[in-house]
Amino acid sequence: MFGKLSLAAIPWDQPIPLITSIVIIVLLAAILALVTYKGWWPYLWREWLTSTDHKRLGVMYVVLALVMLIRGFSDALMMRSQLALAAGAAAGYLPPDHYNQIFSAHGTIMIFFVAMPLVIGLMNFAVPLQLGVRDVAFPVLNSVSFWLTAAGVLLVNLSLVIGEFARTGWLAYPPLSEIAYSPGVGVDYYLWGLQISGLGTLLTGINFTTTILKLRAPGMSYSRMPIFCWTALASNLLIVAAFPILTATFAMLLLDRYLGFHFFTNDAGGNPMMYINLIWAWGHPEVYILILPAFGVFSEVIATFSGKPLFGYRSMVVATMAICMLSFMVWLHHFFTMGAGANVNAFFGIMTMIIAVPTGVKVFNWLFTLYGGEVRFTSPVYWSLGFMVTFVIGGMTGVLLAIPPADFVLHNSLFLVAHFHNVIIGGVVFGAMAGYTYWFPKAFGFTLDERLGKASFWCWFIGFYLAFMPLYALGLMGATRRMQHYPDTSWQPLMWVAFAGALVILAGLAFTIAQLVYSIKTRQRRRDKSGDPWNGRTLEWSTASPPPPWNFTVLPQVSGIDEFWSMKHAGKKTTPRGAGHPSIHVPRASPLGFLTAFCAVMFGFASIWHIWWLAVLGLLGAIALVLRHSWQLNTEVQVSAKELSEFETRQNGAPG
Amino acid sequence: MRMPIKTCAVLVLFETACTSSGVLDPHGPIGGAERSILFDATVIMLAVVVPVILATGLFAWWFRAGNRKARRRPDWSYAGRIEFVVWAIPALVVLFLGGIGWISSHDLDPRTRLPSSSSPIEVEVVSLDWKWLFIYPGLRIASVNRLVAPVGTPLHFRLTSAGVMNSFFIPQLGSQIYTMAGMATELNLQADDQGTYPGLSAQFSGDGFSDMRFEVAAISPQAFAQWIDATRAHGGSLGPEEYAELARPSQKNEPRTFAVVSPKLFEAILASPGAAPRENPK
Amino acid sequence: MSAIAEEIPLSERGPAPTRIVVSFGFWLFLLSDIVIFSALFAAYAVLAQRTAGGPGGAQLFDLKHVFIETCCLLASSFACGLCVLALERRARTMIYVWAAVTFVLGLSFISLELSEFIGMFSRGINPARSAFLSAFFGLVGTHGIHVTAGLCWLAVMVAQIATLGFRPKVVQRLVCFSLFWHALDLVWIGVFTIVYLGART
Repeated sequence: MFGKLSLAAIPWDQPIPLITSIVIIVLLAAILALVTYKGWWPYLWREWLTSTDHKRLGVMYVVLALVMLIRGFSDALMMRSQLALAAGAAAGYLPPDHYNQIFSAHGTIMIFFVAMPLVIGLMNFAVPLQLGVRDVAFPVLNSVSFWLTAAGVLLVNLSLVIGEFARTGWLAYPPLSEIAYSPGVGVDYYLWGLQISGLGTLLTGINFTTTILKLRAPGMSYSRMPIFCWTALASNLLIVAAFPILTATFAMLLLDRYLGFHFFTNDAGGNPMMYINLIWAWGHPEVYILILPAFGVFSEVIATFSGKPLFGYRSMVVATMAICMLSFMVWLHHFFTMGAGANVNAFFGIMTMIIAVPTGVKVFNWLFTLYGGEVRFTSPVYWSLGFMVTFVIGGMTGVLLAIPPADFVLHNSLFLVAHFHNVIIGGVVFGAMAGYTYWFPKAFGFTLDERLGKASFWCWFIGFYLAFMPLYALGLMGATRRMQHYPDTSWQPLMWVAFAGALVILAGLAFTIAQLVYSIKTRQRRRDKSGDPWNGRTLEWSTASPPPPWNFTVLPQVSGIDEFWSMKHAGKKTTPRGAGHPSIHVPRASPLGFLTAFCAVMFGFASIWHIWWLAVLGLLGAIALVLRHSWQLNTEVQVSAKELSEFETRQNGAPG
Repeated sequence: MRMPIKTCAVLVLFETACTSSGVLDPHGPIGGAERSILFDATVIMLAVVVPVILATGLFAWWFRAGNRKARRRPDWSYAGRIEFVVWAIPALVVLFLGGIGWISSHDLDPRTRLPSSSSPIEVEVVSLDWKWLFIYPGLRIASVNRLVAPVGTPLHFRLTSAGVMNSFFIPQLGSQIYTMAGMATELNLQADDQGTYPGLSAQFSGDGFSDMRFEVAAISPQAFAQWIDATRAHGGSLGPEEYAELARPSQKNEPRTFAVVSPKLFEAILASPGAAPRENPK
Repeated sequence: MSAIAEEIPLSERGPAPTRIVVSFGFWLFLLSDIVIFSALFAAYAVLAQRTAGGPGGAQLFDLKHVFIETCCLLASSFACGLCVLALERRARTMIYVWAAVTFVLGLSFISLELSEFIGMFSRGINPARSAFLSAFFGLVGTHGIHVTAGLCWLAVMVAQIATLGFRPKVVQRLVCFSLFWHALDLVWIGVFTIVYLGART
């Protein structure tokens, strides 16, 4: 009746997961009780949970990411503290089977449930506004995408409370991840959680590629599109091309584990090397999916706060699309040591280095955007400058690792760990923080406190170097990754420095939260009444802060790059008079996303624990919901001419 | 202001790394060549990276909004010559490093035999849960978690795994290579100086992974001959039953030796990939 | 005012009409589906010879059977095309007729494929026996699941035409279905060639 599930699945004998689970459950219960007590449910349901508005979904993605950042970072703190203690004969406080789950969860959560939602959230919020249109191509699908990601988050976090997580690392290589070597439910939690959220991400890729290619304001040809939209396009094209590989590969591993197939097993002819090839054919484009929108954010921020157009726009576009295509031709550099032979290794090494060329071009173009500008040192600019300094170091170590014989001694070492954290933190996290602080006033109508923002930046910046420079050294000293303890006590001081760095980053995270809380409390002081707090260049700054659900009453007529800047300087009215505009239609809110995600969680959980009747129920439920939605006729809501006119008057004063 | 502190920190880390028993302290030709590549490539790239980092700070600070001495160029967003240079510099660096990459990939391919007047010692390596088995097929002896080898003599490895993937790595001797069940990878290394070098698995393989370390004892050829005799005298045989016993999961294994090894044991292990499945420790 | 109207480039005409947006989005979805099949084809290519001492394709495949299956599927695609032509004419009865023909032919394909699989299972030839069989059943089975889903979708579309009529949404969906159905044909041609014909060498 309940498959493999029993009360023994709860970690009664493991204090850390048990206490953590209790704390989380109590916190969630408290939040739900508060919401019920205050009567916020109708508002939340109507305005957020069923919202199909890209701006609301963007905010929810970022909130989800920040919450998961806390979880993923707690894992990091545990790893760093364990390694600071477990030198020589000391065993530390985390036994191997627990430690192995922690680093697997850390990687999985940080990539799939922090970095991806941050980047997708920013794209959700900004792209339609920058394109001068009302919403994405498929708003209901957008909501489904978000909620499927949330379903994946829920499943992966459920593993803390019921059962266990994968003990295989964040990519779950076979044969270790096969049923013979991982007989527990951990790998199943991993696979189902990521299959479900992966479907959401794929739908986002389709949605945004269609939006950017087919829905732009009149006059906005490709060469007049904001650079962030170009990077978003490249990222979403990569999603459409790469995520299906992940889906297929995980499906094959699931077939191996559930039905005894032999795609990747050791016996009966299975081939684990094929998994490694397939997973990295997805995995390498994945990191470019993450970094390209971050590059886009930096382009926007540096141009805006230098008061100059982005230097070499065309060059940047070419570089972006070059990176997009090249990212599919480098995947073997993740396993030079698998013995492919000199010609193959050398080819992929050279291709990897080639991809550093357009990236280097971008860095130079940002430098020349600063040059001759009038640079205002706001917190988005701090994040951008911090990125430029940090990312080039990470890129350098990446090109180093791209030389196969260098990789032969550094593969899977802490040097590698330092490299990818260097580019992901220095690139993706800093970019997300820059985007967050940059677009926050547009989303909420007031800017964030600058001092706390800068404090957060310095803690992240200094903390990053303290935490990861020792890891470069340790890798060179022969330390490998994923070790729960190590024999050489001379490594311990560096491990302590790394732990200290993690604590400094923790302070940075605390400052970010403090910044948010304080800024909300004191928001009246920093209200953004003009909609353009930064003297921006692109169209999102021409709307109110926050924009109305329909974004633009009249779609702007675009005649060049940085249309909003041109409008301001040509003395044109920056918001076309909306008085007398006929009514428009906006997508109606829909519970489809939320409810299908509920069914997805049911299906995933039931599949993990082999509760077959429940899995079928979940699947049929999702299908039924989709069918019911497809019969719905009024999927749009009318915004009357009167409401439009009233809004315009409120914003811009009475006409005439 | 921050730069001098960071530079000092980097130098300290570097110095620590140099004196510790790792990749920057090689004792064999492969490791030595790989260290040179690391240095050369890093120096070449620093020639671009350091100016970029300095320029970032310099440009941002000089063109700050309050600086009246700075000449502003608010419409300057394209210059063909700069574009050319901006594409050329990374391209040239990549061209050069690509050349190094191509040549070194071929020179240091794990399958390339090391040139030497001595004939190589053949070692067959099997990664088990969670220990390393070293078979010397020519000498018909075997060792667990301790690799004894004569200095100045090429070592030719054939490697496989009894179960999950591992990676055979001796940082001070050079390249690592994956071990995979049902497949034999190949590696050539050599120790030029006598000493004891740590070895490990560099591919995560489960709960006992962190203890999957072994010792490499590089000794003189005479001492090696004595070790062979001592091993044969010490006794113990490694046939199919003993191997099955050895293949059962165990952690923190003490080094031991076997005086007699079944012929073609490695081939038998290759032909039957997959050790016994693991039980869930819960 | 100039009498010669300047042609506005397509990229500057503002947001495209819904029917174009929907078709384009669906094309992207189809491309992503093709990528899934590519990964399965790649797996098949790698594992095709790894029969673990068991039977390989040359021993197992009955090409006559597969030929009939293929004819059913291709004919089904043709009927689907006729269905879409009837849709453009809004000829309700003919839509139902051709949809029914599409459905019956598609169902025949599935039945034939199922009978092939069941025959193999009854002889102990199942995916748990070897990597080759895993790859075969994985690839062909995934295609079969897509066809089955397509048949359900077709039934739903007929129901929607009957109950909702020729609203733009419904028409767009049927056009998307036909794109899906033709794409599955393309994939099947790959399967037929690489898996079934390729096994003879």
